[in-house]
Amino acid sequence: MARTDPKKDVVIVGLGWTGSIMGIELAQEGLEILALERGPDRATVPDFQYPKVIDELKYGIRYGFMQKPKNSTLTVRRTLEETALPMRKLGSFLPGDGVGGAGIHWNGQTWRPMAEEFRLRSYVEENFGADLIPEDMTIQDWGVSYEELEPYFDRFEYMAGIAGQAGNINGEIQPGGNPFEAPRSRGYPMPPMPEQTDMRLFREAATAMGYHPFPRPSANATQAYVNEYGMQLGPCNYCGFCERYGCINYSKSSPQTCVLDALKRYDNFSYRVNSEVLRVDLAADGQTATGVTYWDDEAQEEVTQPADLVILAAYQLHNVHLMLLSGIGEPYNPQTGEGVTGKNYAYQMNGGTTLFFRDHHFNPFAAAGSSGTSMDDFAINQIDFAAEGFIGGSYITAGLSNGQPIRGISLPEGTPGWGAEWKQGIGEWYGHSMSIGSHGSNMSYRDCYLDLDPTYTDRHGRPLMRMTFDWKRNDIRMTQFMKRQIEPIAQSMNPDSWRSSYKSGGARYDIRPYQTTHNVGGAIMGTDPNSSAVNRYLQAWGQHNVFVLGAGAFPQNIQYNPTGAVGALAYWAADAIRRDYLPNPRPLM
Amino acid sequence: MTNPSSQPPAFRTSRRRFLGGTASVAALAGLARPGEAQDQPDPRAALDGYTPEFLSAAEWAFIVAATARIIPSEGDGPGAIEAQVPVFIDRQLAGEFGAATDLYMEGPFVADADPNFGLQTPLTPAEIYREGIAAFDQWCQQEQGSSFADLDASAQDAALTALSRGEAGLAPEVRDFWTHLLQNTREGYFADPMYGGNAGMQAWVYIGYPGARANFREWVGRDEPYPMGPVNIAGERA
Ligand SMILES: Cc1cc2nc3c(=O)[nH]c(=O)nc-3n(C[C@H](O)[C@H](O)[C@H](O)COP(=O)(O)OP(=O)(O)OC[C@H]3O[C@@H](n4cnc5c(N)ncnc54)[C@H](O)[C@@H]3O)c2cc1C
Ligand code: SF4
Repeated sequence: MARTDPKKDVVIVGLGWTGSIMGIELAQEGLEILALERGPDRATVPDFQYPKVIDELKYGIRYGFMQKPKNSTLTVRRTLEETALPMRKLGSFLPGDGVGGAGIHWNGQTWRPMAEEFRLRSYVEENFGADLIPEDMTIQDWGVSYEELEPYFDRFEYMAGIAGQAGNINGEIQPGGNPFEAPRSRGYPMPPMPEQTDMRLFREAATAMGYHPFPRPSANATQAYVNEYGMQLGPCNYCGFCERYGCINYSKSSPQTCVLDALKRYDNFSYRVNSEVLRVDLAADGQTATGVTYWDDEAQEEVTQPADLVILAAYQLHNVHLMLLSGIGEPYNPQTGEGVTGKNYAYQMNGGTTLFFRDHHFNPFAAAGSSGTSMDDFAINQIDFAAEGFIGGSYITAGLSNGQPIRGISLPEGTPGWGAEWKQGIGEWYGHSMSIGSHGSNMSYRDCYLDLDPTYTDRHGRPLMRMTFDWKRNDIRMTQFMKRQIEPIAQSMNPDSWRSSYKSGGARYDIRPYQTTHNVGGAIMGTDPNSSAVNRYLQAWGQHNVFVLGAGAFPQNIQYNPTGAVGALAYWAADAIRRDYLPNPRPLM
Repeated sequence: MTNPSSQPPAFRTSRRRFLGGTASVAALAGLARPGEAQDQPDPRAALDGYTPEFLSAAEWAFIVAATARIIPSEGDGPGAIEAQVPVFIDRQLAGEFGAATDLYMEGPFVADADPNFGLQTPLTPAEIYREGIAAFDQWCQQEQGSSFADLDASAQDAALTALSRGEAGLAPEVRDFWTHLLQNTREGYFADPMYGGNAGMQAWVYIGYPGARANFREWVGRDEPYPMGPVNIAGERA
């Protein structure tokens, strides 16, 4: 069975962070908009209600809010020679599913990349010489500058109600903020989160060593707030169930708390759930999209949905998958380096040191997803890449985002993982450890990319997407450098003991442990159709009525969590569509 | 709560009381602490009233014996048996988790792939347990002359150590048996009691985790023990 529905002006694929932002911005233009979300509907009440959402097993361990691999997954291999195998169970990353997307169950650590990161290749070439860039490293400039994006970062941060301490307002360094950040036009809309015990110990130690600690910017509200859409946030109560859970308290910035109720009031906006888009349909000449085809789970039929404008807002992985399935952009070929769709997939290089203190009570259950004290003294714009022999950087943070016991209790080196000593260890050490983590960049490489798997298919019979990715020497050197910076800080704090975990030489990508849901690239932005999949307005080069939002646009990964940049780019693209595209639909470059 | 910092840490007090074996906690679990006088009831007696949904009698005996070594009863805090972890595991295996409801289960399967690729077996978690227990018990028979449940504690520990190191001769299809057993044991120890384990929230009491309270705004930055005991999702207190 199949049906064709009446044409819409705009169809939005996915109703998470980017779909919601684009939805409300275009709704203000009076356009007829339909958003298609593959997962179920979700609202604070009843879905995130106390106490039922405070269930570690259901949401933290069995991933109640995330994508089910049975319905949607990909295959992974580490080299061009390996045979990719499906990710049968979630692990390394946890894509969202349902209204709000991963925007409901993120931590809310909300950053702006450094100005240098938007023109990374140029920055490296100008300062250290092109020879420093290894032959297989395919880093690029974004095609948009920090200065151009600043108003859109500001817009996203004020919409989402970010709590933080500015470090640089219009070039003036602010006490207590990050002195190495790019200039912002004004401070954060809310004061930063208060200091926890681990943050205090780290701040004191870092300051004593001459570093510049500051509170991590957070999407966990610190006071009552009303945003530009009239949506309201209340102060976070440190529930300790932030990442992987919806917020019980209207405190975590999410599509639900910041956009959706306002968006639903527009008569010209509607959305359908349990409606997975299968492909973007192209006109016979391939020059434009005619709409999308989706699977209506309720009616159990395929639906053709014609539309003048198609917005891909399905998360980085699913946007690239849909592009590959629909013939949007030439698929990237790692042998020739030609083609663009799927090019430059990258991830996040993290590591950390855990410190054990018998005499401190960290009370890790009294935690919020974003609270933490960070420093950028070893950030991308602070490192002499030539001297250190790598390209990249990290922000370094002490912060405890939860104390949920199944997800793991850190134990001193040498404690067994089971048996009497393990039991004794958890009794002795629960609540007595803290960590200092390095959250680092990951460069892009010729052989790290996304294409279609030749073997495995999904429930609709479509080929799964195939990820080819492994850790590379450059990024391992970066994280080892961070280890050498963090360990002396840890030692200076005089813990009873400490243990480190950083990737070292020979580390291979392991899909089992959770790392981050910071998948980037594959739909990279730029100013040249031969080296980027979308132009600097996130418009597909080949089909001017297709825009691709999300971290797929990053040509390599930044050293920060992605959503600040993802949100700013969504506003940037929305502005280009409203101001420039709608009056005269055409390729904007 | 008035001014918690001025109050004695009631929660730590209740923990100490528990470790001392008050009547109420002992009654809750229906057992006394092991290592005490021989005429104390066997901690396993608390599990006797439970009829497994998924596990056969022999499999149940294995799970009881194995979890009792993974989180033993001796020492401070409840063991897996006092926490009724076997009940949790049986229910998980009988439900969606056991049936691999969320997992991608399309072939081809390469069960002996590099472990970094994660689960690659064609078996569901329930089948991994079923075949894993049988294979491991058979290995115990060969190596030690009896099934796992009948070995003494130190022989059991040695057998589990071999299992955890992949040295118990398991086929690739069930090589994740140990990972499942260890993870599910910890889950049953710490998950909300509504799933069958963590009886009386004893595991939460033991480590000082307040469970489903989820409201700690006034506790930010205080470097002192949290005074309140746990609550569960049903709203009960320990
Ligand atoms: C556990 C976790 C913690 C995180 N913590 C942080 C953090 O602290 N800081 C930070 O910056 N970022 C964090 N992130 C990342 C952040 O959530 C994402 O960057 C952000 O949500 C991306 O927005 P998006 O619109 O691209 O995707 P999403 O918000 O995920 O929305 C995509 C939506 O599209 C839907 N969809 C997918 N495919 C289809 C299809 N074919 N048809 C219809 N609908 C489809 C999905 O179901 C989903 O609802 C975290 C993510 C996770 C999972
Ligand atoms: S920690 Fe705060 S922001 Fe996060 S879910 Fe809990 S109340 Fe909401």
